[in-house]
Amino acid sequence: MSETPETKSATLFEQLGGAGAVDAAVDIFYRKVLADYRINRFFDNVDMEKQAAKQKAFLTMAFGGPHNYTGEDMRKGHENLVRMGLDDSHFDAVMEHLGATLQELNVPQALIAQVAAIAESTRNDVLGR
Amino acid sequence: MLNIKLGESKIPCQANESVLDALLKANIQIPYGCQQGVCQSCLMRSLDTTPPVSAQAGLKDTLQKQNYFLACLCHPEQDMTIALPEQQGALLNASVIKKQLLTPEILRLVLQYDAPLTFFAGQFVNLQRFDGLMRSYSIANSPQQDKVLEFHIRRLPNGQFSNWVHDELEHGAQLTLTEAQGSCHYLPGRMEQPLLLIGTGSGLAPLYGIINDALAQGHTGAIHLYHGSRNHDGLYLVDEIRGLTKQFDNFNYTACLSGACIAEQAIEANYAQGRAHDLALNTIQNLKGWRIYLCGHPEMVNQSKRAAYIKGASLSDIYTDAFLVGNHNG
Ligand SMILES: Cc1cc2nc3c(=O)[nH]c(=O)nc-3n(C[C@H](O)[C@H](O)[C@H](O)COP(=O)(O)OP(=O)(O)OC[C@H]3O[C@@H](n4cnc5c(N)ncnc54)[C@H](O)[C@@H]3O)c2cc1C
Ligand code: HEM
Ligand code: FES
Repeated sequence: MSETPETKSATLFEQLGGAGAVDAAVDIFYRKVLADYRINRFFDNVDMEKQAAKQKAFLTMAFGGPHNYTGEDMRKGHENLVRMGLDDSHFDAVMEHLGATLQELNVPQALIAQVAAIAESTRNDVLGR
Repeated sequence: MLNIKLGESKIPCQANESVLDALLKANIQIPYGCQQGVCQSCLMRSLDTTPPVSAQAGLKDTLQKQNYFLACLCHPEQDMTIALPEQQGALLNASVIKKQLLTPEILRLVLQYDAPLTFFAGQFVNLQRFDGLMRSYSIANSPQQDKVLEFHIRRLPNGQFSNWVHDELEHGAQLTLTEAQGSCHYLPGRMEQPLLLIGTGSGLAPLYGIINDALAQGHTGAIHLYHGSRNHDGLYLVDEIRGLTKQFDNFNYTACLSGACIAEQAIEANYAQGRAHDLALNTIQNLKGWRIYLCGHPEMVNQSKRAAYIKGASLSDIYTDAFLVGNHNG
């Protein structure tokens, strides 16, 4: 292929580096989430391998990659957490870790903003509003 | 409500029950142990329907294809006709050649077997009593030794199998055992990788095997063992392990006591104070690139796994053996 990486037709997911980028990010991201006392109680009592796989699904989605989740799935998927008290402050914390993870991976600011916008767009579904 | 057919009997299975629950409620005797999908002693086969995928977790491909499943994980989605596995694959005979108390509660059991068996130190086998009662125990010796298997078996209050081994099993008596399972063992290859091993109680068994195996294979990276017990009489093989630290510069050993009141002898004997996993994880700041083995109490194993991961270890480098104890009367 002769196209340059800056070509307009490359999707966000491709620009970020695709599945490889998700693998690199999940390790950093999940570690930050587990170490954060504000939110780690939501991640208690779950199989760590399964949980890491779910974080991968989360990142793939936020990176604009292929996924089959609907808003309704996001609602259902976080329903129990909302019952446990999940609110905006927790959502903000996750957003923080997402941004910091991408910065650590030296992702350009413009792409980080696009990822953040996708994640932000799920806020009402995740919080069950 | 669904029905399970086993031979001539038809057994009802409620929505929240596993196949194992339903069979036990109907007073049908089948082997089982951990009740959590680890030991595979509740292996069964479906004769008609394909079992739910989740009930086949961890089984070999060949068994999955033949519709084998774990009864404790199986919540049927439709009526099932099931059978006990025909003489469970390779059952091996072994005889008791040594029984020795390592602590007041932990017994060293050495078995001799004659048929071929491949295993790695740290894997586990299911031991079976004459009447079918079956429990998992970790292998404490490395395969370099000839045709013997060593186990460290802790006596649990009212525990059926452990008390039988301690009190009744005699020299020369026969036992059967299944093939070795589990992935908590030494892997040659990355010889320079630092290793951290944390065990509580008889959780030392697999670790002792793994360490001897690693040293025999010439592991060059640092090896750190933390073994914990509440009281000083729960620590064992201390002299043997201290001997290894003198023999191998890269091997380090910390014996830990977590009990509130620490006897003078313990201080004299130079044991560290605190829980093994706290001491280990507070001492080592960064675990990036380490390989980690966690064995024994399930609580300890889960907490340490998470803490080690947060400290930089990658999930694929953390090997665990939680000594899950089934609830056998509840
Ligand atoms: C992968 C794996 C590896 C293992 N490796 C080892 C090892 O190397 N060494 C080792 O010592 N163990 C090991 N275990 C644990 C071992 O398999 C057994 O679970 C353990 O020895 C207890 O078996 P038991 O038959 O003596 O006790 P069980 O009869 O199964 O009883 C279990 C517990 O339930 C309690 N109990 C019994 N009846 C009742 C009742 N009516 N009400 C309330 N509580 C009751 C008993 O007091 C006991 O504490 C391992 C487990 C697994 C899964
Ligand atoms: C930022 C927007 C978020 C998105 C896009 C998102 C997306 C996802 C996805 C795709 C899954 C996997 C669902 C599955 O396959 O079962 C998931 C699971 C999960 N999420 Fe989120 N999530 C978001 C925010 C949060 C927040 C703020 C928390 C808690 C602080 C959280 C906690 C969890 C947990 C604990 C699971 C696993 C639940 C389970 O094990 O069933 N998520 N999320
Ligand atoms: S796997 Fe079912 S009882 Fe252990």
